[in-house]
Amino acid sequence: MVPLPMEFNETSPGLWALAWRRLRADRMAMVALAVVTWFLLTLLLSATGFIAKDWDAEIGVNYAPPSFMGAQSAEERGVQGMHAAEQATPDNPRDPLRDILRQLRDERDGNAGAAPAQLDDYGIADPLAAEIAEIRAAQGQRKVAANVEKLATLPLGADKWGHDIVQKTIKGSETSIVVGLTAALLATVLGTLFGAVAGYYGKWVDDCFNWFYSVFTSVPYLLLILAVAAVLQQKGVLTIVLILGLTGWTGVFRLIRAEYIKHKNREYVLAADAIGASDLRKIFIHIFPNVSHVSLVQMSILTVAFIKSEVILSFLGFGVPVGMASWGSMLNEAQNELILGKWWQLAAASAAMAVLVTAFSLFTDALRDALDPKLK
Amino acid sequence: MTTTMESRSLLSVRDLRVNFRLDKHDKHSGFAAVKGVSFDIPENSTVALVGESGSGKSVTALAILGLLPPENSTVLPGSQILYGGRNLLELPKNELRKLRGKDISMIFQEPMSSLNPVFTVGYQIAEALRLHTDLTPRQAQARVVELLNEVGIPDPAAKSIAYPFQLSGGQQQRVMIAMAIACNPRLLIADEPTTALDVTIQKQILELLAALQDKHRMSVLFITHDLAVVSEIADHVVVMRDGEIRERGTNEAVFNDPHDTYTCALLQCRPPLDSRPRRLAVIEDFMNGNCPAPDAANSKRGVSGDEAIILDVRNLGKSFYTREGLFGNREFRAAHGVSFKLPRGKTLGVVGESGSGKTTVGLTLMRLHEATAGEALFEGRDLFSMSAAEFRNYKRRIQIVFQNPYASLNPRFTVGQILAEPLLIHGIGGSDAERTRLVHELLARVGLPLVSYHKYPHEFSGGQRQRIAIARCLTMKPDILICDESVSALDVSVQAQVLNLLQDLQDDFGLSYIFISHDLAVVKYMSDQVMVMKQGEVVEYADSDEIYLRPQHPYTQRLLGAIPKAGERIRGKISVS
Repeated sequence: MVPLPMEFNETSPGLWALAWRRLRADRMAMVALAVVTWFLLTLLLSATGFIAKDWDAEIGVNYAPPSFMGAQSAEERGVQGMHAAEQATPDNPRDPLRDILRQLRDERDGNAGAAPAQLDDYGIADPLAAEIAEIRAAQGQRKVAANVEKLATLPLGADKWGHDIVQKTIKGSETSIVVGLTAALLATVLGTLFGAVAGYYGKWVDDCFNWFYSVFTSVPYLLLILAVAAVLQQKGVLTIVLILGLTGWTGVFRLIRAEYIKHKNREYVLAADAIGASDLRKIFIHIFPNVSHVSLVQMSILTVAFIKSEVILSFLGFGVPVGMASWGSMLNEAQNELILGKWWQLAAASAAMAVLVTAFSLFTDALRDALDPKLK
Repeated sequence: MTTTMESRSLLSVRDLRVNFRLDKHDKHSGFAAVKGVSFDIPENSTVALVGESGSGKSVTALAILGLLPPENSTVLPGSQILYGGRNLLELPKNELRKLRGKDISMIFQEPMSSLNPVFTVGYQIAEALRLHTDLTPRQAQARVVELLNEVGIPDPAAKSIAYPFQLSGGQQQRVMIAMAIACNPRLLIADEPTTALDVTIQKQILELLAALQDKHRMSVLFITHDLAVVSEIADHVVVMRDGEIRERGTNEAVFNDPHDTYTCALLQCRPPLDSRPRRLAVIEDFMNGNCPAPDAANSKRGVSGDEAIILDVRNLGKSFYTREGLFGNREFRAAHGVSFKLPRGKTLGVVGESGSGKTTVGLTLMRLHEATAGEALFEGRDLFSMSAAEFRNYKRRIQIVFQNPYASLNPRFTVGQILAEPLLIHGIGGSDAERTRLVHELLARVGLPLVSYHKYPHEFSGGQRQRIAIARCLTMKPDILICDESVSALDVSVQAQVLNLLQDLQDDFGLSYIFISHDLAVVKYMSDQVMVMKQGEVVEYADSDEIYLRPQHPYTQRLLGAIPKAGERIRGKISVS
């Protein structure tokens, strides 16, 4: 074979490389990208267990304030014993039950401190008495030990159970971002696939998909979510991903369908037809790379929307199960805490979410500018 | 039109330099679109700015009106555009706005996209009147009707409440002209006003512009790539290339005695109507040496009647149906009763104006549209009645080169991928290495460097892209190549190169061409036989020399009559001198 000239193997930048070059020139986009990358790195570290592994360890006193506010006494934290709180309330002179209440209270207070009275078990000795006594003793010791270790303040405070808010936010970010990204991926793949098939084939195929689409969009969004939740019958991250993914594909579908309708009559597709390319080849190899920027941008917009939706779902009680942290569940807890003046969990979750969503949106905007061939 | 040599100049462009920024983030990436252009527009005369794409002619016109996009263009200091003693480049925005539409107005290339589709044409014409005069609405309406009448629109009162889509392309351009002359401007800038129009309509619009120029005693700056058009209407000619003026002078001086080799080349690159050289001259021939004499040896065209017939089309018909009412279908006959025989190794030219069905015939033969009637016998087998699977084997033997090389190549494929794909689909060339070798051969054959293999289409010029499209067809070694307006979107000089390439390929591979074009000169140059189509039907079908010398049908006569002829007359003079 004849040796090729030297410059033959030099490749020239493709459209993706050009888009990257445009993106890199946009300073705002690069800052946004750095923020998003930082969040993703944190996610990776927390998912692999390098950080925030022990987020559910109760290391602080309950409602420990952030370090910069200094330690608070138990009274200031508002976690005094039940009795103290109740004694503080004066008697209601109009309460018809006040005498009975006072009597009950006196009885209880009289018994307080004393060991619970041994019940007469009709003369039968408890066979587990020894074990239970042992367990009680061990528990008492641990409680004492834990009480000793619990911290009065934490960098960003603690929640009701004394979880470190920093770690909880990191763990919550992991859940929320994973939910957002996978649900957006699922919705985009579904929407793109349906849109491509409907737009390319047209005629009755398009009609069927459009009917399906119309039925889907005519049901109120929340009702649809409740329906999917009812069918899936369980709580968990996978359920949220399915709920959001199965209800969120409609917007992508419309856009991709329109792009395919536009592109299928373009000359390059006719040219592909003329050289004998099959339908599938035209849909996925010829047209898809030319509309992929729409999918990509839609996916990043959906990611932002789904992170917010997860919050709403958790807030409504369809979110992550108890024992898992997510931004949504944190905000859900915050509604009770806020009444007590404990604002730090709310602040941490909102700040993390706001920063990521803003960075992601800015990045998405820049991505659309960089990828849209019309803007060249 | 009289040349008023001594008249005062209405507008003077002095050392105009415009830079474009290619990348909005990179302040330093620049490219000079106009490099120091100076010319005058005398009062009451027509100045033509001629050049190929990228010559900076439109940029110059936009700079005059201050319409350059501010975000990526800069007019360099020192540039001057003098009008009435003032430099337009330094006028504040509101002063400039008072001039636009009143003293200086502009018409654009695409009338359909220059008119706002949601307003009636009467409203849009009246807008200029509302902005620049103090006519009452009733007076303005009367003036609109008067203007529409002046630009030759039938039933002007009724048409003034029509929407743009209800008018034909020619009528839309007339509306644009009416809008431009509404305030009796002193200078009318016409940016390729007839390029998007059919040749018969072009003739009417040119006549209209000449008449209006004469009547209103205004000046016209006429921007075009078509020298033949220029020779018909311009008093002064300015030839531009790569942002510089190559030649400047009166119509007679430039056409009779061109000094610049580039002007000379432009005049010679168009296929002549009265002779048929074997090869067309290309720009390089001129830029390297002097004006060569046109190739005297005429190539022989026409069919003798005893050639083998490769494609026999009988009564081809294609109808489109639009739904009407609940059950009704309205039939639109895009092509009807089209019959022809294509001899092997010969070229059939198909001519017609837009909407004549010539492209439909091409696409139907490729089965990119399903035919609704007739048959096409390819080696005795009917292409239309084959199953899709059977047709796959025939598909590669009939190939098509589309009009727009910017649209017909997939922008996300490298040239190597584009050319290897048909080989892959049809299993030509056993291995990847073999296919790569075939692709290299083809690139060399169509005159592209081997480096192109890894490049993307956007890195090539229009002519190079059309070469890639042709190479893609050749990968399958077709018998018939359909060229659907394949050179119409190309610059004159590039057009000549591609036509020469097509001619070489026909000689080498014995290809049969179906050459579809609205450009009668190109069809005449390429074809052995010509088929003239009008509204989906064949009106005339004969040997090409026969048609051009003795057109029988009145429509053919009208088409031929509408070609700007002055270029031919002048070309004759050059070759004599």
